[in-house]
Amino acid sequence: MSWPLLSVVTFLPLVGVAFILFAKGDDPAAECYARYAALWTTIVTFLVSLLIPLNFVNAESGFQLVEQADWLGFASYRMGIDGISMPLIMLTTFLMPICILASWYVSKRVREYMIAFLVLECLMIGVFCALDIVLFYVFFEAGLIPMFLIIGIWGGQRRVYASFKFFLYTLLGSVLMLLAIIAMYWHAGTTDIAMLLKPGTFPADMQKWLWLAFFASFAVKMPMWPVHTWLPDAHVEAPTAGSVILAAILLKMGGYGFLRFSLPMFPDASLYFQNFVYVLSVVAIVYTSLVALMQEDMKKLIAYSSVAHMGFVTMGIFSMTRQGIDGAIFQMISHGLVSGALFLCVGVIYDRMHTREIKAYGGLVSRMPIYAAIFMLFTMANVGLPGTSGFVGEFMTLLGTFQNNTWVAFFATFGVILSACYALWLYARVIYGKMEKQELAWMPDVTRREFATLAPLVVLTLYFGIYPSPILDVIGASVENLLKSVETAGLLEAARTLAMK
Amino acid sequence: MNMSALLNTVDAAAALPEIFLVICAMTMLMIGAFTSGNAFRLVSSLSIAALLLTITLVMANDGAKVTAFNGGFIVENFARVMKVLAIIGAAFAIILSMAFMRRIKMDRFEYPILIVMATIGMMMMISANDLISLYMGLELQSLALYVVAAINRDDAKSSEAGLKYFVLGALSSGMLLYGASLVYGFTGTTTFAGIAASLAALGSSLGIVFGLVFIMAGLAFKVSAVPFHMWTPDVYEGAPTPVTAFFAAAPKIAAIALFTRVMTGPFAAIVNDWQQIVVVISILSMALGAFAAIGQTNIKRLLAYSSIGHMGFALVGLAAGSQEGVAGIVIYMLIYMLTTIGVFACVLQMRRDGRQVETIADLAGLAKTNKGLAFILSMLMFSLAGIPPLAGFFGKLFVFMAAVKAGLWVLAVIGVLASVVGAYYYLRIIKTIYFDEPHTTFEKAEPEVRWIAIASGIFALIFVVIASPLWSLAETAAKSLY
Repeated sequence: MSWPLLSVVTFLPLVGVAFILFAKGDDPAAECYARYAALWTTIVTFLVSLLIPLNFVNAESGFQLVEQADWLGFASYRMGIDGISMPLIMLTTFLMPICILASWYVSKRVREYMIAFLVLECLMIGVFCALDIVLFYVFFEAGLIPMFLIIGIWGGQRRVYASFKFFLYTLLGSVLMLLAIIAMYWHAGTTDIAMLLKPGTFPADMQKWLWLAFFASFAVKMPMWPVHTWLPDAHVEAPTAGSVILAAILLKMGGYGFLRFSLPMFPDASLYFQNFVYVLSVVAIVYTSLVALMQEDMKKLIAYSSVAHMGFVTMGIFSMTRQGIDGAIFQMISHGLVSGALFLCVGVIYDRMHTREIKAYGGLVSRMPIYAAIFMLFTMANVGLPGTSGFVGEFMTLLGTFQNNTWVAFFATFGVILSACYALWLYARVIYGKMEKQELAWMPDVTRREFATLAPLVVLTLYFGIYPSPILDVIGASVENLLKSVETAGLLEAARTLAMK
Repeated sequence: MNMSALLNTVDAAAALPEIFLVICAMTMLMIGAFTSGNAFRLVSSLSIAALLLTITLVMANDGAKVTAFNGGFIVENFARVMKVLAIIGAAFAIILSMAFMRRIKMDRFEYPILIVMATIGMMMMISANDLISLYMGLELQSLALYVVAAINRDDAKSSEAGLKYFVLGALSSGMLLYGASLVYGFTGTTTFAGIAASLAALGSSLGIVFGLVFIMAGLAFKVSAVPFHMWTPDVYEGAPTPVTAFFAAAPKIAAIALFTRVMTGPFAAIVNDWQQIVVVISILSMALGAFAAIGQTNIKRLLAYSSIGHMGFALVGLAAGSQEGVAGIVIYMLIYMLTTIGVFACVLQMRRDGRQVETIADLAGLAKTNKGLAFILSMLMFSLAGIPPLAGFFGKLFVFMAAVKAGLWVLAVIGVLASVVGAYYYLRIIKTIYFDEPHTTFEKAEPEVRWIAIASGIFALIFVVIASPLWSLAETAAKSLY
């Protein structure tokens, strides 16, 4: 590649921001223009980002498409991808046009809304591309600003509370990571992620502190039990597209962080804390599934189910087995598609009835058959039915964990059963039954616009459920590489204990 | 000592910017006194021009380290950078004042001249290399500031602000003098170089530590660090807004620069004695700035607590006691000054029905009534909160880098946690601007005020791109101190 593809993809959304800014005024024409500008920008970004997989070499385990420029003196602007970040970038660019389309009828401050989403897209792609920890941190934290505004301006009743909670919770986790980043720089003398990934860079006792600091940030972002409480609030209050982005991409930054930093850079500490993460993951899977069961708000239910599904991801990552990590990454992608789609589904009926209460619905199948079918598919994918992408990820993480710790896998399996309980019960209450409420009788089925937002997700959910290898091939070499560094650490550790004896 | 030793060309060349500005101030005083009619506008413009010329004079000097006036005055890169920052702050303050002072009928020509005088004092403080010249600079600055704080003499709050500032300022000057006399008594010299040599040879003693503590108390008062911060909220609230802007920007730079020079210069040898004190006042300032601001409803009082917190963060760099720390301080003050001026330029635009309004609630729904102002103020707030990619984040990054390198973990952890608490009240302002329902609109502000706000907002936004040259500037400045 002669031109900086990753930077172009990252900053292309900002071009759309410039277009929107140039159109002055608040009249409907300017709003309409803003919508189209945002839609076209995200579509073009997606199309350009398709060049990334085309130029990506699956067999290569290191970083590809690397770009570098001077920036801060000690830290530089360095972008690049590997098999772990590439699918997440594609997920981001793929979901953005859908989000814009899903917010087509936002009526409040349309221009600002579109600008916030485009800026957010730029920052999210930047997080996955950054190959310098300071640059990573800048992208990682900067994302809080647009998301804070999205929840706070276009959110529901308790939007102010939710936006503050979201912002401060995440910030609190991240500032400790910043100190760890600084400590890493002074220790290793570089902020280049590729250099920091060299095994044995950090001594074992330092690793534990660094690991904990990074964990504080990623566990909140993920979110893991017990620091997940910001998520249901944020999800419930955020506008539909905000929830989609939150569930599909922002949560993945936590998992990505574990895979990019915690595991390969602090392998000794990761081994040390493995059981700790296992316990938190299993509690998340079982406990939040039970909590989800009792929710009366649809979005809250899906939010809790997200926490449970992220529990599978952390469990898979820290199993440190090939299947576990493969499965975790796959689960992240799959959850991005499925939970995003579920929030879109909720958005469809919310737009009609303006309530998210499960009780307010019932018997929709007779009025909205297409909707019922689509919702059914994503419910099944959420449960992890074979044939949908949800199955592959959960199955592989369980498989990986089972090799490592049978009991953890045993308890985690309950999550699969529980997810069937809450997801199917939700579906039954909303879609089936008698349509008793008069207000529901006029509900039209999905519109063409809504269908256009959901159809791509349907296709991909089924496609990856039946044929997961496109993703697994891409991540294969990088995961292999990751495991090698963890194993080297294990060997080093073993050698050290031998030497001590 | 004969006349020629007092005023040789080397000395004059080193202090040329100061001498030039003094002459300008005197000339403007004459112009003001002998012009028929109101000379406020003329003198204001002249003083801005004089300040700008002084900047070029400061920068015209090459990077060499020069001492003058028998070692009482020093110019090196650190002094030059800090002087330029202080002068820029003063110039912005005068620009912000012009329309405002006319409106409150306080358009007296003495006002810009007092600010210029204070600026000369600041330049002396920054270049002070002797306890005597330190005190001279400090008092020249302070006397001018006391008057400026009370400039709106018909307003009870402004007079109260001036009086409070004067009484507490005099007390702190007294403490500083007492400390200086102790240090003189125990080392036998007032020059910084002499003190440094004596301490390096003899080490610390109880008398020295006593003197050091008193000097630090006086300096902490000037930077409004906890526990010597009590005057800040009242003065910020009481003084006319452009004066507050001036207070928040320029004197802080001079005081921090002086603090840094005194600690890293004469007292470098006994770093273990003062480091703990700096750590404690830094922690206290950050914590108080974060927690006390939460309950404020007046935006000027809130900014007062915010500035206390920011001084705490700048002192984190000093606590590190290293070259990185000093570079962190320089970059932190640069960012702090430019964003603070912008914030006050925004506050100045809060005017409805011909009156200046000052509560946070007055900002409600600004995003609907004045999009540009709302955006700029929010970005500046995010910057003050230290959220990347805005400028304020990088200031914090650099000082914390120094602290971590020095192994000050407690300070660093408390500092970042304080920044999270602080983020809460900055967010509250943004919440008021973006999430709440609007009031009536503000009156359109003067173009110069709007442009300063815009320039500051742009600076906060693009700092991430222009960080590299500014950071190397700060590093050169820090290097010159060591």
